[in-house]
Amino acid sequence: MKRGLITALAIAKKDLQTELRTKESINASASFALVILVLFSFAFDLGREELYAISGGMLWLVFSFAGALIVNRSFARELPNDCLDVLIASPAPAWAIFLGKSVAAFLLLFIVELISLPVFGLFYNIHWTDRFGGLLLVMALATWGITVVGTAFSAVTVNIRLRELMLPVLLYPILIPLLIGAMGTTTALLGGEPMFGQAASGEALASLRLLVGFDVIYTSLALYMIEFILIV
Amino acid sequence: MLAVEADRVWKYFGDYPALRGASLQVPQGACMALLGRNGAGKTTMLRILANLSRATKGDVKIFGDGSRSDIVRRKTGYLGHGIGVYDDLSALENLMLFGRLLGVDNPEKAAMEALERVGLERVKDGMAREFSRGMRQRLAVARAFIHQPELLLLDEPFTSLDDRAINVLQSLLKDALSRGSTIVMSTHQIREAMELATNVALLERGKIVHAGPQTPEMLADPGWLYRTYGDGPVAE
Repeated sequence: MKRGLITALAIAKKDLQTELRTKESINASASFALVILVLFSFAFDLGREELYAISGGMLWLVFSFAGALIVNRSFARELPNDCLDVLIASPAPAWAIFLGKSVAAFLLLFIVELISLPVFGLFYNIHWTDRFGGLLLVMALATWGITVVGTAFSAVTVNIRLRELMLPVLLYPILIPLLIGAMGTTTALLGGEPMFGQAASGEALASLRLLVGFDVIYTSLALYMIEFILIV
Repeated sequence: MLAVEADRVWKYFGDYPALRGASLQVPQGACMALLGRNGAGKTTMLRILANLSRATKGDVKIFGDGSRSDIVRRKTGYLGHGIGVYDDLSALENLMLFGRLLGVDNPEKAAMEALERVGLERVKDGMAREFSRGMRQRLAVARAFIHQPELLLLDEPFTSLDDRAINVLQSLLKDALSRGSTIVMSTHQIREAMELATNVALLERGKIVHAGPQTPEMLADPGWLYRTYGDGPVAE
């Protein structure tokens, strides 16, 4: 177990190191998120209440599409020079390879989300800074869900020629419950509803539970299944 | 004791059987040259031995262990068609990463020693993508040998190597054999293979049609094996 975690850290470090040198997916993902946020701000002419009502949906649609650009590279990054073969042939357990890649993708998508938030606040005139703690929690839970499922499907599609097309087709239907939970919680948070305590609405708490449940179930499933996905 | 034992291994890709009940036994300390024409199943067999692919039917044991445990994989080194190094990491970073993955005690020291063995110590901080083809191949050889494996699985290791890389590889393989390591290499280059091979196996259409020790006939005439056990003469 300890060796597996060391391996996962080594893989995560390698993925971040190569990504920060090439910036191939983080640039694409951040540019996409920013452009969509800015374009939508001009496309809709909404009142303050309507803006708050769609804020969660808007943010998570952008984050999930931006996430697909990042997770798409997770295993595809291993294809040049047949590096994936060397990883699989090594004593590194498949779950550790997967975990390392998921952690790297999570951190990259989280950076993109943190860059996007101020732009979102500025262009939509939505005050999110006083809700930053709660937002961070929701972002962490939902981003982990997106990256863990995305990384698993990145492994499934790694040897498919049209993987860039196949990944979103496979990914988004699975993400529907997660996105519903994330959108609901984010909208409630930005609308000023407390997430915890006696004043908390049951809906926000249920959405949060949905995020935690989704993460636990899909992380366990992916960690168990990844060896069968990678070695065929 | 046998280092590699493959018993009636079948592998299907769709309806096509790439391996048809191939059996192979490699004693510990031997150097087995796995010969055969294109499509005979050499790469498929090596990928199954290296835990990169699952046999559809049949058993594979490495050092008597059929469970693909990490202990067995730690004893195994694999050099496939691709060089298996990251273009956007330096030579040293690449080797340290693989040293860590392979459970080497001091990855930095092992990486430096491996770089010295292949003559790349002066460019240790250079990115792999900036290296010439020959340097990249030597880096790949250093990667495969960094943990001094007890079993080396090499898929056409001499193909497209430059002279210097061939010399480096041959000297590393001789060292490995003298340490008691076992080598299984698939190859088309019979002459290079015969310099090292103690045993020879010939694969034809997914079946091992001959396996045994190297004989003087094979050394004198590389086409002899194909003419005697295979489908006919080999083009030289």
